[in-house]
Amino acid sequence: METDVLVIGGGPAGTWAAVSAARRGARVILADKGFCGTSGATAPSGTAVWYVPPDVAARGKAKATREELGGFLAHHDWMDAVLETTFALVNELGERGYPFPRDVEGRLRQNSLQGPEYMRLMRKLVKGAGARILDHSPALELLIDADGAVAGARGIDRRTHAGWQIKAKSVVIATGGCAFLSRALGTNNLTGDGYLMAAEAGAELSGMEFSNAYAIAPVFSSVTKTLFYEWASFTDASGAAITGAASKGGRSVIARALQQGAVFAQLDRADGEVRTAMRAAQPNFFLPFDRAGIDPFTQPFEITLRLEGTVRGTGGLRLVDQSAATTVPGLYAAGDAATRELICGGFTGGGSHNAAWAMSSGAWAGEGAAAFARQCRAGLARTAAPARGPALAGGRGHAFDPAALIKAVQAEVFPFDTNYFRSGDGLARSLTRLDSLWRTVRAADGARPEDALKAREAVAMLATARWMYRSGLARTESRGMHRRYDLTALDPAQRHHVTSGGLDEVWTGRVPADGQPLEAAA
Amino acid sequence: MIELISADHCTSCDICVAVCPTSVFDAVPGCTPVIARQDDCQTCFLCEVYCPADALYVGPDAEKPDAAEVAWDAVETLRGSYRRAIGWTRDTRGLRAMDDTHVLLGRLK
Ligand code: SF4
Ligand code: SF4
Repeated sequence: METDVLVIGGGPAGTWAAVSAARRGARVILADKGFCGTSGATAPSGTAVWYVPPDVAARGKAKATREELGGFLAHHDWMDAVLETTFALVNELGERGYPFPRDVEGRLRQNSLQGPEYMRLMRKLVKGAGARILDHSPALELLIDADGAVAGARGIDRRTHAGWQIKAKSVVIATGGCAFLSRALGTNNLTGDGYLMAAEAGAELSGMEFSNAYAIAPVFSSVTKTLFYEWASFTDASGAAITGAASKGGRSVIARALQQGAVFAQLDRADGEVRTAMRAAQPNFFLPFDRAGIDPFTQPFEITLRLEGTVRGTGGLRLVDQSAATTVPGLYAAGDAATRELICGGFTGGGSHNAAWAMSSGAWAGEGAAAFARQCRAGLARTAAPARGPALAGGRGHAFDPAALIKAVQAEVFPFDTNYFRSGDGLARSLTRLDSLWRTVRAADGARPEDALKAREAVAMLATARWMYRSGLARTESRGMHRRYDLTALDPAQRHHVTSGGLDEVWTGRVPADGQPLEAAA
Repeated sequence: MIELISADHCTSCDICVAVCPTSVFDAVPGCTPVIARQDDCQTCFLCEVYCPADALYVGPDAEKPDAAEVAWDAVETLRGSYRRAIGWTRDTRGLRAMDDTHVLLGRLK
């Protein structure tokens, strides 16, 4: 197959990228690992959106909210651009039939989206724009031409295990973040595949130390809706209140308590109005409770913290300009696959910011990739070879077991002692083990087609963990969500982005937080 | 996790096979699809909202399959409950625009 723009990933960022590229006249193929419309973290839940009317005071206030929390790493020009683009795109959703609610005064409220509804509409818009969708078609590796530019991808159909290859003039990575198969809602397809593929092509990452977001969930359930726990009280197994435990500003207390024993929550601080609003805001929150026969407002239920990694962290592929270009020619990145430090620094991008970022960066990446495709003189004639990373080539006679590797990586990234509460020693010890896992993987044979997806997911998780912890070691301070108990203070001299990359040898570097002026889109 | 497909209600339209984001089902020509890879289920409940016949049941536990076999009779009352809650059935369409997130965000201010 051949196309101008190949979009990998069909969540909010990928769908906006496909729409935006197709509207600019590019031929577009969107390949989703699952089903475009249900894939990704947005589809099964509801999300607030950073939708702020073009009012100077309101926008100024909106920008200020996460500035300090994010450790002053966000860029004002990027925030302005995201607010502007998001405002226009959300309005467009309304025009195209998204059923935004009205408040009691009859005013339209456009600052939240319901996942199933939103993503069903996005699928329709992608098709309407003339892009072709390939469902259940995970990309496994990128094609790279003789000049080092990205020229398409290879993947498989996960149902038939048949391989596919698409030659493209440019590629958008919109594969989401990495939540390490923690069973947080909607994250099973989010294993860092795009980071791995892009890094194999030489792309850089940024902010990977901001990758330890943990969300509150009932211990049995996938449903993470941290907002609702603002109305929760937290108790230990004896029923005693846990001092300082809170969804916001007290989640580390919950983590500490979980290290001691079971923790229970109940949403007993929600009054009648809040309870009704919760049911109307997020019906899916209540499904597990209703089905398990628990009343979350009156009955304590055991909770856990599920790692959401870079899905709610802010690290991802480094962008060099507002066309969402990465450091590799022909390669663009959008949504959670790209760094969100640009708009929320080192604090969580979860909720409203991520949703706004997905739309905006998606639309920019589509535009950027379409422009690159137009200018691509070599066109599709250029010879392109697959990157041939771990699990796709090799062959020193020993296979590796993806399930075992996944468990081994999880054992390094789930524990609060290593990832939530970080220290130089802890990160370094973990890296020794992760690096040794990498060498094993490097020496292994290519996976069989039926194992290729799981094998590449496992490799991507391993690579992601190594960039995370190397970046965490390089940031010798506490900033944003990156908390080091051996270095608890923020160091004003480290107001920079930690970049990273590399596979066999993982490297880190730095880019000043305000040193690079925003370049205009190509 | 996905627990049940009711052969009595299923029309074999294979929509669930197409929409499941983690490819849990396998189509069986002319027959009810099978739950082929329950372990891959991400407990997102989306097959339920896409099934036009309300013939699927997703259990609350995301960590492991239900210990006991779930009987369709026991979950009959929940049938289609999520689809109705988000306004995706003919008689509940009005609920599509029911999103009180702004009320919650307002209360937090
Ligand atoms: S979507 Fe429902 S009716 Fe259609 S095949 Fe699946 S279970 Fe049967
Ligand atoms: S709950 Fe989600 S992942 Fe599980 S079978 Fe249904 S659609 Fe697939």
